[in-house]
Parts: sequence; C-alpha cells; structure tokens
Amino acid sequence: MKKLLTATAATALMAGAAFAGGHGKEVKIGVILGFTGPLESITPAMGAGAELAMAEVTDSGMLLDAAKVISVRGDSTCIDAGAATSAAERLVTSDEVDAIMGADCSGVTGAILQNVARANGVVMISPSATSPGLSTAEDDGLFFRTAPSDARQGVIITNILQDRGVQEVALTYTNNDYGKGLADAFQASFEAAGGKVTISAAHEDGKADYSAEVGALASAGGDVLVVAGYVDQGGSGVIRAAIDTGAFDTFYVPDGMVGSKLNENFGAELNGSYGAYPGTDSAGAATFVEMAEKAGFDGTSAFAPESYDAAALIMLAMQAADSKDSADFKGHIMDVANAPGVEIFPGELAKGLELLKAGTDIDYVGASAVELIGAGESAGNYQEIEFKDGAYSTIKYR
Amino acid sequence: MDFLNALVAFANFVFIPATAYGAQLALGALGVTLIYGILRFSNFAHGDTMAFGAMTTILVTWLFQSWGISFGPLPTALLALPFGILGCMALVLFTDRVVYRFYREQKAKPVILVIVSLGVMFIMNGLVRFIIGPDDRRFADGERFIISVREFKALTGLKEGLAIKTTQGITVITAVIVVALLFYFLNRTRTGKSMRAYSDNEDLALLSGINPERVVMITWLIVAALATIAGTLYGLDKSFKPFIFLQLLLPVFAAAIVGGLGSPVGAIAGGFVIAFSEVTITYAWKKVATYVLPDAWAPDSLVQLLSTDYKFAVSFVILLIVLLFRPTGLFAGKSV
Repeated sequence: MKKLLTATAATALMAGAAFAGGHGKEVKIGVILGFTGPLESITPAMGAGAELAMAEVTDSGMLLDAAKVISVRGDSTCIDAGAATSAAERLVTSDEVDAIMGADCSGVTGAILQNVARANGVVMISPSATSPGLSTAEDDGLFFRTAPSDARQGVIITNILQDRGVQEVALTYTNNDYGKGLADAFQASFEAAGGKVTISAAHEDGKADYSAEVGALASAGGDVLVVAGYVDQGGSGVIRAAIDTGAFDTFYVPDGMVGSKLNENFGAELNGSYGAYPGTDSAGAATFVEMAEKAGFDGTSAFAPESYDAAALIMLAMQAADSKDSADFKGHIMDVANAPGVEIFPGELAKGLELLKAGTDIDYVGASAVELIGAGESAGNYQEIEFKDGAYSTIKYR
Repeated sequence: MDFLNALVAFANFVFIPATAYGAQLALGALGVTLIYGILRFSNFAHGDTMAFGAMTTILVTWLFQSWGISFGPLPTALLALPFGILGCMALVLFTDRVVYRFYREQKAKPVILVIVSLGVMFIMNGLVRFIIGPDDRRFADGERFIISVREFKALTGLKEGLAIKTTQGITVITAVIVVALLFYFLNRTRTGKSMRAYSDNEDLALLSGINPERVVMITWLIVAALATIAGTLYGLDKSFKPFIFLQLLLPVFAAAIVGGLGSPVGAIAGGFVIAFSEVTITYAWKKVATYVLPDAWAPDSLVQLLSTDYKFAVSFVILLIVLLFRPTGLFAGKSV
C-alpha cells in the first residue's frame, strides 16, 4: 500500500512537472467579473474587451517569445464576497493564473485583493472598482485599477450639476461599498462647493417596490435626484417609482446606472436627465469601438474599454519585466502606463511589445486614455451624457 | 390651498401605495388563513405558490401578446389570469396528492406539515426560477395611469401632483370583487358552509357526513385562485421577480397572524394594518407638515420615524405586540 502511494505521488509529481514544462509558453490571465448578479448586463462586454486584448497579443506572437495568452473566467457575482473569493482562489491555485483582470464591484474586489491576491502574490488590475477606500487599502504593490476612484467621480458630478445651476439635490445610493463610497464622496464635494444635499438615503437592491424610499426622497425635495445604484437592480426601481409618483422629473445617473437597459426601461420618460460614466474622446476610444464591432460586441458598453486596458497593461508589464511572475512585473505597470515613452493605442499592442523588447519606453494610452496616479488608479476621464428622444448620447468629455 | 396640497401629497405617497399594497397583502393572507383554518398548518409555500401562479399568467400573457390579443386600456394579464389560475390549481392539487395527503393520512402534527411546506416552498421556488429565470419580468401593458401627475396638476392647479396607476386601481377593484365572492361562497353556499364546519370542528363535520377530501380539494382550489390573483396583481403593480415572493411571505404571514389565523375578515384587516403601518412609519412627513403647520413651526428634519430600511421590521414589531397582548389576533382566530 505504502509503495503504491509513493508511486502514485511520484507519478503525479512528474506529471505536474511535465505540465509545467508544456505550459512554459503560456500566460494565463484570470478574468473575474460578475457574470451573474447586478452587473450581469455589462460584464459580457467587459470580459470580451479583456479577451480581445489577449487574442491580439497571442496573434502577434510578441509576448515573452511567442507565449499564448489564455483567459480563464471566474464569476465574482459582484455582491457575494465569499463566492468571489473562492472563485479567485480557484483561478490562482488550481488554474494557476499569472495575473487577475478584475474584479468588477468594489466590495468583492477588496475581498479578493486581501484574501487571494496578497496571499498568493498575484497582480490584479480591476477595470471598474471605483470605491475610494481601495486607494488606501494595503496591497503590497499588487493592486491597480484602470477605473478612477469615486472621489474623482464625486467632483465630476458636482461640476456637472453646478454647471447646470443645480444647488439642491436628493441622493439615494445602493447599500454597499460602491454606493456608500460614491454617495459620501459626492456629498462631501457638493457641499464643499456650496450645494445642499437634502437627504442621503440608502436603498436595498432586489426589491419589487421602492415607493416608501421614494416617498422619503420626495419629502426631502431637491431639483434633481442623484441615483447612485445599479441599472439592473434597485437604481431602476427607484427611478420607476419616482417617475410614477411624480416625485422627481430629472435624474442624475452615475457610472453604475448608465447602460442600454436605461433606454429600454424608461425611454422618453428620462428625457432631460443626465449623467456621466468613464470614457474619453482620445483617438484610442474610437479605434477600440471599431475593433469591438469586428469582434462582435459593444465597445461603448460601460467599462469595456477599461477591461481591454487592464488586460493590455498586464501583458505589457510582463514584457517589460521579461517575466510572467507577478513579483517581477508588478513594478513595471506604472512605467508602461505613464509617460514618458511612445504612445500606444488599442490595436497596437504588438508594436508596444516590440518596443519594450528593444528596451524603449512606452506610454500606454489605450482605449480609455489610461494615466495611473496615486497608488495605481486611473486619473479618470468621464463622458457626460444626456437623455433626448428616449435614448442617451454623449454630449461632452470631462 | 396648503391643506389641499398636504392632503394630495399624503394621498400620493402614503394612502394610494399603502391601499394597493394592503389589498395585495390581504389577498395573500386570505390564502394563508384558509389553509391554516382548514388544513391546520402554516403553509410556507404560499409565497412561491403566488410566484408560480403569476409566472403561468405571465407566460400566457406573452402568448396572447404575440398573437396580438390585447385588452384595450387594461393589461392583457387580466385575460390571461384564468389560465394562470388553472395552472396554479393543477400544481397545488398535484402537491397535495403527492405530498400533503401522505402526511394527512399519517395524522402528522402541524409542525411537521410546516416543515414539509418549507420543503415544498424550495421546490416550487426552484421550479419557477427554472422555467422563467431569476430576472425581472415586465408584462404590464395598456394604459399606465388612470390619472398621472401632470394631468392632475393641470386639472387642479395644485402644486402637488397625484398619480393613480391603472394597476393600483385594478388591484383594489379586483380585491374587492374577490373578497366579496369569497365571503358569499363561505357564508351562503352549501360547500362554503361545510368548509366552515370542517374548520370549526373536524369530528363533528365528519359525523354530519361532510367528505373531508372534498373540503380539502376545494380549499386548495380557492387558495390557488387567491394566490395567483395576489401574485399577478403584485407583479403587475410592482415587478415580477421570483425572489421577491420569498420576501413577501413575511408581511403576508404577519398580516394573517395579526388579523387572527383562520379568520378571513382578520386576514383582510391584517393586510391593511401591516401595509399602512409599514408605509406611514417609514414615510418622511416633512412635506406634509410644511404645508399644514404655520411657517414658524415648519420642521428642518425629515420627520421620519424609521428609515425605510426597517420596513420589514415594522411588520414584526406589530406582530410581536399583537402576539403578546392578543395571541389570537385582532379578530380572534385560532391561537398560534
């Protein structure tokens, strides 16, 4: 029996070693997003964005001597930290990914960072976690995000509202890390600028009826209702109840609320409302939309460009460090993302890799005009949208 | 004028939503209370029975919509409702045949039946999610409003608007009709009387020649109809999502118990007590108060007793108070 065990163990070890050898030219990147849950309508385009960058690099054959980049998907659920952690744990320990592109929502991103990424020393770049709390989280230099912190979004919302002469707003937020973080950041910034937030009330996701919440908001009053929620969840429910009872006519929708679902759910009822979500008018954004169209997904979908950039940064940094080991390339991410260097746009990843191999500096601009500041988060470019004739369109970049 | 504005604001944000919600709860609680009175257990599967009935109605509604059948200004779902009720009846008769009858023959204790119904609840819940998926489903069509805020303001020139949704109107009217029919049935017809007799005293009813299996079957049929109507109205007025009905189970039970389990009148009263207390206690009264009180007294705060997060807590506090001081409920049902 003992011999048999030893023999099996030895075989397993040898098999493992053989596999490792065979995988020498493979780079695995975990794509962990909320494919189910409150963000499920935008995550398919996000995943496709990241995988588009991976396919581009694989096809170019330029990364680490023609390594093949493989995407391994995991479901963060967006809201269940336990499920997200075990999904990430699986990616790192059993699929042995070299880096993580994700997660999406702030709460689960923080959980994965602390429980999996730091514990295993794996780099993770989130395309969409925007909680201000993540700026100061302990990260051992492993965590980056191509999305800006909501502290920045709070300032943007304040600017947009004040440009339109709005001085009094009611505020409702989804009761989680993202909603609370954004609501607090916005309230601080708006009040500092002389505005008044009449009420800041939480709403729970996944309820059928928000008339009680809207009753409280209406009683407090305000010119505009700022809805810091999710489009697939309570956010839409609150807007529905507010329109039905005539409590508010004009809404401000932050990043989590902008999606084609809004057009479907409300159409012309939202005319005159406005909002903003991350986006840029840099040449890269247009190129990315074209590339996405060819690949069969919507490149204008929220956070799809950021996802492409997150995956691209991981691979560029690997090339810069000439290693797929997180400990080696984590220090190179800021270098490839920021000036000085040759500007790299979407579709030019091969060029970027080649330049890096030759030892030239690059400045990755990408689809969302990435500029990493502070502890490694995007400086933030936003596009302001407005509803007209039952659909929203971008009117301005900030 | 200010007084009128206050009244309209109150009606718009408290009275109308609470009335519609109360009617929906009352219909749900009636089903729970009938099961408790006649089959003698708390049916936890009731929420998901509502979900199943509503789901069948939605599927038929979609079929009608694809055929181009509509009901004018009223939602097509009302046409589909009878089919939903039939589907739901088939399901509850099936569960009674394969599950509850076994335990009835064993003369199982009520607490065992409660746990059994919990199991049935999970199976029904899974079935509904399996068939229609876990997402939000919208199936309301026809006119959205009986009177919308804009029309009301133009009509009256008041500062405050009032909206009555078609679904809210339908909810209340349907509830009144259904309750009237139910009470006629229970009080005037032979079968209804035999059901009440069976509920009052099982042995005496058996002695006087009432067939228990027939009473049980009719109870299930009525409960299926009530559940489907309640579920469909709730889905029409708010939105249909399988998970919602699990949450709805709590206020429905609270309503049935507050009113007095086993008492149909109590179920209706309980439904409205729960709905109105949930809405009034979590409503911010600032707006109404500002209109009514003199300027000097106008409140700065929101005048909100409890944040809306605690909506469900309100039903439970009322439940606790009722159980402590009047264990049989407001209308002297069976003691729990």
